[in-house]
Amino acid sequence: MLKIENLHATVDGKPILKGLSLSIAPGEIHAIMGPNGSGKSTLSYVLAGREGYEVTEGSVTFMGQDLLAMEPEERAVAGVFLAFQAPVELPGVGNANFLRTALNAVRRAKGEAEVDAIQFLKLARARMKVLNMPDDMLKRPVNVGFSGGEKKRNEMLQMAMLSPKLALLDETDSGLDIDALKMVADTVNSLRGPDFSALVITHYQRLLNHIVPDHVHVLSAGRIIRSGGPELAQELEATGYAASVAAA
Amino acid sequence: MTAVGTTGAGAFLARHEGLRARLPGAHLPWVTALREASAEAFRAQGFPTRRVEAWKYTDLAAVNGTVFGEPLTGVDDALTLPATTNPRAVFVDGRFRADLSTLEGLAYTVESLAAVLPTLEGRLGAVARPAEQALAALNGMLFEDGLVVTVPAGVAGGVLELLSFATVSERAPAYHPRHLVQLEDGASLTLIETASGPAAARYLHNPVFEIEVAAKARLNHGRLQQEGLDAFFLSTVYARVAEGGAYDNFTLNAGGRLARNEIHVALQGPKAECHMNGVQLVADGQHADTTTALDHAAPDCASRQTYKTVLAGRSRGVFQGKILVRKIAQKTDGYQMNQALLLSPEAEIDSKPQLEIYADDVKCSHGATVGELDADNLFFLRSRGIPLDQAKAILVEAFLTEAVEAVADEDIRNALSTAVTGWWQRQGVAGGIEVA
Ligand SMILES: Nc1ncnc2c1ncn2[C@@H]1O[C@H](COP(=O)(O)OP(=O)(O)O)[C@@H](O)[C@H]1O
Ligand SMILES: [Mg+2]
Repeated sequence: MLKIENLHATVDGKPILKGLSLSIAPGEIHAIMGPNGSGKSTLSYVLAGREGYEVTEGSVTFMGQDLLAMEPEERAVAGVFLAFQAPVELPGVGNANFLRTALNAVRRAKGEAEVDAIQFLKLARARMKVLNMPDDMLKRPVNVGFSGGEKKRNEMLQMAMLSPKLALLDETDSGLDIDALKMVADTVNSLRGPDFSALVITHYQRLLNHIVPDHVHVLSAGRIIRSGGPELAQELEATGYAASVAAA
Repeated sequence: MTAVGTTGAGAFLARHEGLRARLPGAHLPWVTALREASAEAFRAQGFPTRRVEAWKYTDLAAVNGTVFGEPLTGVDDALTLPATTNPRAVFVDGRFRADLSTLEGLAYTVESLAAVLPTLEGRLGAVARPAEQALAALNGMLFEDGLVVTVPAGVAGGVLELLSFATVSERAPAYHPRHLVQLEDGASLTLIETASGPAAARYLHNPVFEIEVAAKARLNHGRLQQEGLDAFFLSTVYARVAEGGAYDNFTLNAGGRLARNEIHVALQGPKAECHMNGVQLVADGQHADTTTALDHAAPDCASRQTYKTVLAGRSRGVFQGKILVRKIAQKTDGYQMNQALLLSPEAEIDSKPQLEIYADDVKCSHGATVGELDADNLFFLRSRGIPLDQAKAILVEAFLTEAVEAVADEDIRNALSTAVTGWWQRQGVAGGIEVA
């Protein structure tokens, strides 16, 4: 599904990722943990195609395609979805209109029939019920006046509606209460299947109690310094990153 | 500047000399006096240069250098009018066309200015100020026709459309319609005006509006300026509002190669209100100017202005907004915001807000911003699969939303959003946001 090889990336000329390699097979969930500033968000932005993140070496292959050669919207319609650590607010853009536009852009690109306004509302309301989101969040401008938790729910709504092949969750759990955390886990778990993979960036073991990962990696100073199974997350929770960083 | 020649102020003054005996109302002393006074004012001012403060950012050199002809009486008629169920008055090349207009069964009167000129003594010229605005002087000197709307006391006039078309002509025509709109006590009207013309035709459309809103009356004035891209549109609106009256102006300034939307509003009675909103959509090669002057001349009045300018390609936009609060105008509540969005590094905006306050108990503020499309917002939309052009269109629409939503009248709002979509499509961009 995803193969990252020897990835080097700079921001403003400053090297952030320094030779990162990672393979995710179809159906797998990988977790990435690591200290603040280690390059976790940078990795997710490089994969999603954000401007200003320059790849200086290495390659990323997604479903057999050169991901780095694709525009952000091409990556999205190919199935990459980034749940942002800090989602933007869009005054003047209605959430429902935005979501329908995105859904149809993805459907069009896949050669699927577009959904009309009525079909869209049906789909969205069903999803929102599961996410425990009030209906009026569709009417409001995207993320404007949303609480931190509501923004994250909105990210999960987008993910669920767009049904990606590869979800990148960048600290989606940070600042969430237990119920919201469970909602994030439920949404990811509901998409789980042979054609769905995820890269879950988190600082906390507690999310991984609900989304049990196949592999856990520790990112430090732009490289993966340790990898293991779910038990690695528990170890890190108990001992912190320092020991791993020192050993690397 | 005033030398007789084939171009510039001199050419227009010469035209007035030549047509003097044949212009509408030539036999009426008061009309002649008004034209002579306007000619005098125009002779004194000419086409203002950029040394004139009010024209600092808009250069009329191209107007000054064009050879204009007289509008020919239309033989056009490949004209296709958009469908509407509203009553409408149609002007072609500045002249009222009864044959194209539908004005039956109205509870108020709509007439051709040329036809009823003898009845307009004391009304025509009551609000315009040719001595101060050169283009109003040019208009006063050479007007031939216009619309005269009178809504009697207490009458709710509903929607009236004013359609102005330019046709293709070999010699660039210049026309100067004078429109008079009067709402008597407690009357109301929504006037939706559309000005358009062929893409490649050069012409000068120089309309002047004189608007009088009496006590507790309300005029919603929506203007969709979509002139051809080689046209000059130089428009001056004068409005005065009496006690408890309201004047709402919304202008879409989107067409023409050079367009000036100049509005003078005087709030003359207590508790009068004015909203001025507008959107300027300026594409490669265009220059669009909105200049407002709001005169708070009575206490307890409120005014709100929201202007948004979007600039693409090599284009130039101007916003100038002056709020004058006279000593008597205590408890004035005035607000003005103008914002520009630059879609290209070659686009430029000049903005000049100006507050002049002589009363001490007032709330008056203004603000201005200039920015580009936000890269993070753009990336967010693209990361959801929305193509770049469509993502830009969505963010431009969002930028305009505030100005559009400030428009109270739904008919005007709808006409406007159709016009904005049309403009955007002409920029080669397919589709903004889909409505759910
Ligand atoms: N836009 C940016 N401009 C400059 N430096 C940046 C930018 N984004 C991230 N960085 C730097 O890159 C490093 C990695 O940041 P980030 O990927 O956000 O780490 P993490 O998500 O692991 O906390 C940090 O040192 C941060 O300061
Ligand atoms: Mg981060």
